Amino acid sequence: MITTTITVTWAIMAIIIPAFWQAARYVTSRPPTAVPDTLQNSIEFILDGITAFVDASMGAARRGFVPYIGSLAIFLVVANLTGLIGVRPPSADLSTTLALATLTFLNIQYYGLRAKGLRAYIKGFFEPIPLMLPLNIISSLALPFSMAFRLFGNLMGGSMIMGLIYRFAPLLVPVLPHMYFDLFAGLMQTFIFTMLTMTFIADAMG
Amino acid sequence: MDVTITPRTILLAASAIGAGIAVLTGFGTGIGQGYAAGKGAEAVGRQPEAQGDIIRTMLLGAAVAETTGIYGLVIALLLLFANPLLRLL
Repeated sequence: MITTTITVTWAIMAIIIPAFWQAARYVTSRPPTAVPDTLQNSIEFILDGITAFVDASMGAARRGFVPYIGSLAIFLVVANLTGLIGVRPPSADLSTTLALATLTFLNIQYYGLRAKGLRAYIKGFFEPIPLMLPLNIISSLALPFSMAFRLFGNLMGGSMIMGLIYRFAPLLVPVLPHMYFDLFAGLMQTFIFTMLTMTFIADAMG
Repeated sequence: MDVTITPRTILLAASAIGAGIAVLTGFGTGIGQGYAAGKGAEAVGRQPEAQGDIIRTMLLGAAVAETTGIYGLVIALLLLFANPLLRLL
């Protein structure tokens, strides 16, 4: 079944991937001595921002996560802001957010396992006392759900309230709520989702 | 006015009331986030040079405090739009 979410997600991918691909090719093809132009400045601004964000949350030694966190952040920014053009944001669908949260979960488990080694990884589930094993398993399984529901709930709640506002005051009135529910909440949730992802991965890696 | 009360009516009314009660979790979330923000403001006042770190930590705490409120919202949305109880009728 082709839902709005699938269509909008593919549209976002069709815009983001070629745009950033071409931009990156253009920027890397320029000689280092050339004076940076607008496009190069924008790309460097985004990259520097994400790198600084990763450095601050995970430490400079884990810059390898910049591509993943960057893609996540750019996708979420665009996805959360689609509400501004009157489209239902893909992140207001539980499928999207659960998929992203599952990626975070797999990252946490994989990098936690790789950084700590199998012994310490399994031992981690028996901390502080072996009796806590079920609780530890439940809490690590509940993590992707809480992340998915947070993003979904915020975006869904926002788009529902916007729908109600459009129903009783379709002219001019929705401008200010759009600022809050789409711009502010959308960027805020992007920030929170990426930051929680980084914090949990860094935490799992010890 | 002639209202026939069927099991369905009762279930719908109860679900609507339940949804209203579920979003009351916002109380706790509001208190939690307000506490985080207040402590964040205090910390910035005490140590303005650490503002970036403080804001990041504060937002992390606020996001975690938000979880319960969001659970309430999800329950309310479920009751209103994808009511699992209607199948029991």
